[in-house]
Parts: sequence; structure tokens; C-alpha cells
Amino acid sequence: MDFNFTEEQTMIRDSLSRLIREQYDFDTRRKVVASKDGWRPEMWAQFAELGLLMAPFSEEDGGLGGGPIDAMVVMEEFGKGLVVEPYLPSVVCGGGFLKRGNDAQKAEYLGGIMSGEAIFAFAYAEPRGRYNLADLETTAKKDGSGFVLNGHKAVVIGAPWATHFVVTARTSGDRRDAKGVTVFVVAKDAKGVSTRDYPTVDGRRASEVYFENVAVSADAVIGEVDNGLPLVELVADEAIAALCAEACGAMKVAHAMTVEYSRNRKQFGTAIGKFQVLQHRMVDMFMEHEQSVSMTYMATLKLDEDEVTRKKAASAAKVRIGQGGRFVGQQAIQIHGGMGMTDEMAVGHYFKRLTMIDAEFGNVDHHLKRYTELSTVDVPMAAE
Amino acid sequence: MNLEFSPEEIAFRDEVRAFIAENYPKELAGVGTREDLTREQFLAWHKILGKKGWSAAAWPKKYGGTGWTSTQRYIWSEENARVDAIMPLPFGMAMVAPVIYTFGTEEQKQKHLPGILSGDVWWCQGYSEPGAGSDLASVKTTAVRDGDEWVINGQKTWTTLAQFADWGFFLCRTDPTAAKPQEGISFILVDMKTPGVEVRPIKLLDGGHEVNEVWLTDVRVPVENLVGKENEGWTCAKFLLAHERSGIAGVARSKRGVEKLRAIASTELVDGEPLIQTNEFARKISQLEIDLTALEFTELRTLAAESAGKGPGPESSILKIKGTEIQQRLTELTLEAVGNYAEPYTAGMESDGSNELGVGPDHSHFVAETYFNMRKTSIYGGSNEIQRGIISKMILGL
Repeated sequence: MDFNFTEEQTMIRDSLSRLIREQYDFDTRRKVVASKDGWRPEMWAQFAELGLLMAPFSEEDGGLGGGPIDAMVVMEEFGKGLVVEPYLPSVVCGGGFLKRGNDAQKAEYLGGIMSGEAIFAFAYAEPRGRYNLADLETTAKKDGSGFVLNGHKAVVIGAPWATHFVVTARTSGDRRDAKGVTVFVVAKDAKGVSTRDYPTVDGRRASEVYFENVAVSADAVIGEVDNGLPLVELVADEAIAALCAEACGAMKVAHAMTVEYSRNRKQFGTAIGKFQVLQHRMVDMFMEHEQSVSMTYMATLKLDEDEVTRKKAASAAKVRIGQGGRFVGQQAIQIHGGMGMTDEMAVGHYFKRLTMIDAEFGNVDHHLKRYTELSTVDVPMAAE
Repeated sequence: MNLEFSPEEIAFRDEVRAFIAENYPKELAGVGTREDLTREQFLAWHKILGKKGWSAAAWPKKYGGTGWTSTQRYIWSEENARVDAIMPLPFGMAMVAPVIYTFGTEEQKQKHLPGILSGDVWWCQGYSEPGAGSDLASVKTTAVRDGDEWVINGQKTWTTLAQFADWGFFLCRTDPTAAKPQEGISFILVDMKTPGVEVRPIKLLDGGHEVNEVWLTDVRVPVENLVGKENEGWTCAKFLLAHERSGIAGVARSKRGVEKLRAIASTELVDGEPLIQTNEFARKISQLEIDLTALEFTELRTLAAESAGKGPGPESSILKIKGTEIQQRLTELTLEAVGNYAEPYTAGMESDGSNELGVGPDHSHFVAETYFNMRKTSIYGGSNEIQRGIISKMILGL
């Protein structure tokens, strides 16, 4: 058992943290988020230059030989800086699928993901599917040797900036069947793909993505036809671990800002941080953050364990981080008082991001249910 | 970063598991730690471990500890929790011993550590007083120097299992004129057989006799029973509390408790179906287990930091707060799980060693009493509000 970071991981953290401090301050971010494109491709290029986009890939695939822990380090720093660039959709999700693709797919796409030239978005959610990854109305019908896709994907984060989509679609079975889910890679400029782009409440960009008779070849299938769900669940759990890391970064900063504010803000002739009721609240925030870090390590380190262990770990972490993030976010606003309600204070932006993290890849209720179902598969022996 | 055990650690786990299977007293199997055990029952496993050299899992090797790594200690707790082992009590092992080997003289180490290791000497903690609970620094018990002796007068309270104690460690005021309440306190060891020491039982709301008042009237002890420097006992007191807090999380024991809760909830029926299959209860168990996982990994991180050379610091307050909250919730859910049969008061009946039959299923016995008893955990060792105060001051700097 070992909780130390490698030298490379520490280097990634230090250089990324410096870059964010120098070029991703709050005012700059606000301008970028409000700009037409809503992100900075040149910042993405700098991330590529630092090796962040290559970090979690094996050397065999042309990466730096890291893994989920490297992604965790990156995402935590992104959370601290409220970075909007699409590391999760492109590197964690897109890369997560394609590194498990066939040799031709790896050769075609991985290089682009690592250099930053290709940007992926993960089109899995649907308007009526909520958090069930198999609840798909998007269809892919066999057509000669290839497939034709039709359907509507909801809130595809990073889609406006993407060059490619990873798309889940039903190739057989009924709407929620585990079998019959297939994963495709589709170029955004493919005929029949259209998007409606919009900003998200926490400063990122997303799209509703429509597929209308989009023809793809058999080479576009990642993994096996009809048996894609286990792969989707695996990548979703990796995304959950990465999101948890991002939440930890955001919680850390929201808490630190709150403590700092309480030291300076005076009421009744004294700093409000001297009031015991607020001190204890801020201690509770601190404990929520610490426990979230613990759960993020746990879920990240268990990604390579057996399926049930991995899923339970990811769900447990998402539950704890959903609850912790909500508490830290709400209390950060509460302790900032009226100022916490303003757009000019950074703390509100952390609150918004923390709130949206719970809504992504399954919220607290969803994962508490999933965890419970996985725990009660085998009813234990009677007490007596 | 990884969670794997090394081959050596796996071998260690196997060795520990085999040793426990062979040596844990059969008559204590499944009894678990309860306040109504006899002195012999409390000490049985401790003495066996003492002979093996495994009683002090957390001490440094040079004082007779195992010198185990944090991972080995984690394995050790897990393996003992599997059989509900009655572990060495904290008062000697985790409280006074670290104070003695950190602040004590060579003579004190040689005199006291062997008895703690072997389980032959039982210690009790003379900290709280009627007027000094959370505000521990306001202790009024006095120790006045008279030649080669300290003369101690005062009253201690909440002294856990003092009815069995051979020795006690006491916080006494030695300089009533000190500028601050924390100054002028000394840490003094008292042989409980000394004339003037009187132990009076306090009956608790669960019906048990777990704690006591200890009255000290002109108790004379040799000056060499002072540990550390005169009037600097607060340093020892604080140091001890940090050690007390880190052991207090009880992760392995709570994990075992969740297993038992699952088993109970699998036999209790709701509309003919196992309780554990109702959404409401199943999700309560899930939430508890998730929070316990968060605590477990927080403790593992703390242990890792500790073995990297940092002693238990204010962070251990998190373990105390969350560990006790979880222990309480566990007993609360167990109480809920047994339904009506939480009510019968079965002390003195069958499962308690008498011939009278118990009432209701065995798993319902003492469930309510345990729930009532466990309310103490967020009060003792520095109440959870005091812990929040410590974190606020020491970590947040407020």
C-alpha cells in the first residue's frame, strides 16, 4: 500500500499549477468563458506541450506511461482553476475508449488526442435516458457492412469544440437492455450530424447532438457490436474518478476562500471567523473535502479491480463527493453572505461547478441505488 | 500510489490470521468488547499477545513494541476485528505508555512499560473532574510537594473501569498561581492501592458500571512519579489526547459491525421480506458503508503520513469525529433493525451467562444498551465539538 505520487506526477502537478496560476486567473477565465468560442485553443496547446494530454496513456500507445492517477492529478488542478478546456471528454473519455480500440483505431485517433489536434466529446446521455447508460433511443441499423445512426444525444459536454464524437447507440434489443449497446466513433463533420450549441451554467460549452441517417463504416465500431455496455461502464467509471478529482480541487479552493473571507469580514466589531458556529461549519467543510480526497484516491486506485469492486468504488465515491460538494458549495456561499451571491466573486463559480459535477455521470441518488444493488446481489448468511 | 499488499505483507497477514485462529481464547469467541466483562476476560487476549510480543502494535520497537509499519497495523486491526477480539485497553497501551516513553525518565520506562506490555498492570485515566470536562485545563485536583512526596487532593470522574485499575495517571494542579489555566498542571502517576484513593461506581443510563468517581484524599506518592516537568503536564495531556484520538476511529471494528448489521437485516422480516431488501433500509446501510469507506481511506492516508515521520497531529481529530459518528450510526441502525425486540432488558439472562432464557432473537440482545452506551463516544476523548475547535484553531488557523 502506498499513497505517494511519483516524480512525474509531482512534476505534472507543479507545472500545471504554475501555468494555471499565471495564465488562468479568475478574471481571465471570466473573459474567456464569455467570449464567442468559450475556450482557448492556445491553452489547450500549452496543456499538450506540458504532456498532460499524453500523461495517462501507455508508452506503447505513444503516451508517457501513466494512468488514471495522472489523470486524477490533472483533474484536481483543473478543479482548483475551474479550467473549462475539455480534458475529461477528450482525454479521459475519448482516450479511454480509443486506447481500447483496435490497432487501426489507435493508429488513427490516439495520436491526435495526445497532440491535442483531435478533440473528442462523449455523446452518451439522451433526453429520456437520464443516467442509465443502456437506456438508448439512438439507433444504429446495419446497412451493408456499415451502420446508419439516428437519434438525439443530450448535453454533450465540449461538443462545440470537438472534432469527433464517441457515440453510444442501440444495435439490437429493447430500449434498456444491457445487450445491444454499441459504441461508435463519428467525425463531427460527418454527413447528417448537426448540433445545437449552448453555454452551461458553470461556464463550459455543450451541445444537443442530432444524428440523422449518419452512415458509418464497420471500422467505426469500438469494441464488439452489441456488447459495448461493459466498456461504456468502465469508461464512465474512469470519468467518475476524474470528476471526483476535479471536485476535490474545487472544494479545496472554495473552502480556502471561505476561511480567508471569514478572517477579513467584520460584523459586530469582529471577524466573523471568530464565531464558533461558523468555525465549526468551516471544519465540517474541511472534513468533507478531506474525505472526498480519500474517496477519490480509493475510486481511482480500484479502477483496475474486478467489475463489481470497481463499480461499487466509483459509486461510493460519487455519492460522497456529490454530498460533500453540495455541502461545501452551499456553505461557502452562506458564509460569504450577500457577496457570495454575486457574479464577481469567484466562490459562486466554484459552487456552480460543484453542483454540476453531481449532475454528471449519475447523481447521489443514482449511485446510492447502484451501490445498493451491487451490495445486495448476494444476501449474506443469516445471523444465527 | 497503489493499494496492493506486498508478498511480505500477505505473508504477514497469513501469519497473523493463523496465530489468532490458534490462540484466541475459545470461550471469548464472538463475545466482543462489552463493559460487563470481568478483568480476566478483558486481559486474556492482551496477556497472550504480551507473551508473543504483539501487544503493542503501535509502539516503537525499542520500548517493546512491534515496530510494525502502518500497513501491518492496518492488517493487524482487520484480522482482530474478524473475530471480534477483545483488544488491549487503551488506558495503558495507547495513553500513558506513549507519554512515559516520550516524556518519562529511564526509571519510569523500566518500571512501567513491561507491565503494560504484558497486561499485568491495569491503568486508568484521571483527567475529567466534576468542573473540568471539555474545559480540561480547569482541573482543581491539587498536588502539593511535601519533602519527597506529592500530596494529592481532589475528585476525578468518568474514570473508565477504574474498579480494575492498579495504577492511574492524574492531571493535578501544582501551581495555583500560574498565569494561564494550562500552566501549572502536572502529570502524576498514582498506585491505586495508595491510602486515600477511593473508587466509587457510577451507574450509566444503559444499566452498566463502566465508569467511576475517583476520590483522592491526602494521597501521598513519591516525587519520582511526576512524568515530564513540573507544571508542564499540559504538554503530556495534549500529546496523549492526540494519541487517544487516532486510535478512536475504530474502522476495522465498524466494518465488522456493518457485516453483522447486514446479517441481522437479512433475517428480520418486513411484510415477509428481509429488511435488507427494502429500499429504505438497504440505502441506509449503503450510506453508512460509504461513509465508513471514506473514513477508512482517510485513516490510511493519516497512517501513511505518520509512517513518513509525522506524528499524529490535529488531523487525527477528523478520525475521532467521523469514527465516532459512524460507530453511533451503526448502533442506531442495528437498534432499528431489531424492531420490537430492542425493548426487553436482558441483562442477567441466558446470553449473559445465567440459566434464565433470553427474550427474542440472540442478535437483539444488548442492542439498545449498546446504542445508549455509544452516545459516550462523541463526548469522551475531547467532545466532537472540542475536536472541531481544535481543527479550527490548529488547521484552519481561525
